Amino acid sequence: MSTIADAGTGKRKARATKPLKQKMGSLRRKEAVAGYLFISPWIIGFLIFTLGAMVYSLVISFSYYQLATDTARPAGFANYERLFEDPKVMGSLGNTLFYAVLAVPFEIVLALGLAMLLNSVRRGAGFFRTVFYLPKMTPTVATASMFLLLLNGNQGAINRGLAAIGIQGPQWLLDPDWVKPSIVLMTLWGVAGTMVIFLAALQNVPTELYEVAEVDGAGPFRRFWNITLPMISGAVFFNVLVLTIAAFQVFDQAFLLFHRDQVQGSSDASLFYAIYLFQQAFRQFDFGFASAMAWLLFVIIVAISLIQVKVGNRFVYYESER
Amino acid sequence: MATQTSIKTVQAAGAIAEVPPEDVQVRRRRKWFGDARGQSLTPMGWVGQIVRWVLLLLFAALFMYPLAWLLAASLKPRGEVFDNRLIPNTFVPENYLVAFDEMPLANWIGNSIFIAVLAAVLVAVSSSLVAFGFAYYRFPGRGILFGIVLATMMLPGAVTLVPQYLIWNQLGFVGTHVPLWGANLFGSAFYIFLQRQFFLGLPRELFEAAKLDGLSAWGQFWRIAMPLSVPSFVIILLFEFQASWNNLQAALIYLNTGSQEGYTVPLGIASAMTKYSPTAGGQGDYQYVMVAAVLVTIPMLILFAFGQRSFITGIATTGRKG
Repeated sequence: MSTIADAGTGKRKARATKPLKQKMGSLRRKEAVAGYLFISPWIIGFLIFTLGAMVYSLVISFSYYQLATDTARPAGFANYERLFEDPKVMGSLGNTLFYAVLAVPFEIVLALGLAMLLNSVRRGAGFFRTVFYLPKMTPTVATASMFLLLLNGNQGAINRGLAAIGIQGPQWLLDPDWVKPSIVLMTLWGVAGTMVIFLAALQNVPTELYEVAEVDGAGPFRRFWNITLPMISGAVFFNVLVLTIAAFQVFDQAFLLFHRDQVQGSSDASLFYAIYLFQQAFRQFDFGFASAMAWLLFVIIVAISLIQVKVGNRFVYYESER
Repeated sequence: MATQTSIKTVQAAGAIAEVPPEDVQVRRRRKWFGDARGQSLTPMGWVGQIVRWVLLLLFAALFMYPLAWLLAASLKPRGEVFDNRLIPNTFVPENYLVAFDEMPLANWIGNSIFIAVLAAVLVAVSSSLVAFGFAYYRFPGRGILFGIVLATMMLPGAVTLVPQYLIWNQLGFVGTHVPLWGANLFGSAFYIFLQRQFFLGLPRELFEAAKLDGLSAWGQFWRIAMPLSVPSFVIILLFEFQASWNNLQAALIYLNTGSQEGYTVPLGIASAMTKYSPTAGGQGDYQYVMVAAVLVTIPMLILFAFGQRSFITGIATTGRKG
């Protein structure tokens, strides 16, 4: 990097006599070179680890890749055809979709509810925000290892608590119907990440709007529906989009609770798309098929994002200065 | 993985960014129901505040219970882990010593700290470099390239998972810690975005004046931009440390085949969860897993305490300087 400086100071005297226009041109060129040098780490990384990797992935998805020999026989569309023949692909996709539809609304409602509660108390909001945020700081392995025990169907604290109020708790980790709610519960425990984004949005709603509405006789529900919700619609949209994309890639929690090893006979109910992809890639080493799965996921995520952006554009209110 | 990380960091950014200076907090203190107005409260207002406090305390108890349970379980003998008492009947603080004999916990923690520190420093420096290039220099293609930076934030990690593995395999780094920090040499989209925003907020005249005084491009970056951007630099360090500390999937892919001593904490705990599980032939010594879970959580809580404060000072400093 110091070479730029040396070159610059060395040439400065020589250039002083050149015509102004030429001087401007060379200054501009120097600026461009410095710019490219500064961003060169990203360019290199992008070319290798993103663009190069994407092209590589596309190529592999059309081949039978053998890791041991590092050979790739051409496979045509075989890997992609398998996507529709392997029932586990569609099964895991269904699980993932089901999980997303279950998790995202719960997360949004709880996060918004807590944020509004925090936003409406005069004292202690900072304290409670910190308390609510601690689970979010807890590493997923720690969360999963404690929920593995808390959710234990026979002795776990959650079912003991439910029994205390006369409810027979389900076999959270064994019953295929309760596998996804278990993960939703774990995810909800860390809802504070979404909550603080809502909180920030709520704090930016101008107070005057509520005052005017109150003078006009609008009750709490109308104030929420006609002022709060439109004013924070940007945050709602952002959170729904981000949470949906995250839900489609759910991996850590499901892996830790249900798929730590192959011996463990976990039911198909917990086989999420990212889990199956991981198994195909790094347990079966079927890189061709795994890459085809990855591209299907990519297409699905892009499609869902586009739909949400389209719907969002219709409902999201943007202030003119934003 | 990349997308999951960026989602987490976006949320974390919200967590910290949302804390405004104290006077602004007071001014903004909101009343969704329209009663807390900075004036003295009516009797009805007091009732509302108390109801909200009770609700908040209830939620705080729900959110804190698993952490309290975890801490208690880590101090219990084997047979009492499931008694769900928050104060152990029999105190066994020796668990914390035995756990280090049971598992190579010290190695795992050392590996995790080494990787997380390296990952955080590398990504913070490289992202700052790239961000400075995008913020201060005009060069052909700048807009398009920055658009690509933003677009890569949306790319699901699954798409590049397999080819990135193959790249590291080709380079002979599978089984080493290098793949867990190597890509951080090239900057990361979200951090580039964050730093660029920060750099754009610095007065351009500072750099023009330095240029007139003969300071090189590198000097402008290293001696002016970097010292001024310490607050956002620290944010990147904290976020990336957390992301790296939590990273299970990369450890699973790159370290799982190696010796236990080479594991990171998340991978180690995942293996311990299986090792002690009765269904996998273990004795159910979950108290050791709980010890590890406590130990992996504590650094994050410290980070949180430290991070919140550092950001508030950051705002105060720039507020005075800007």
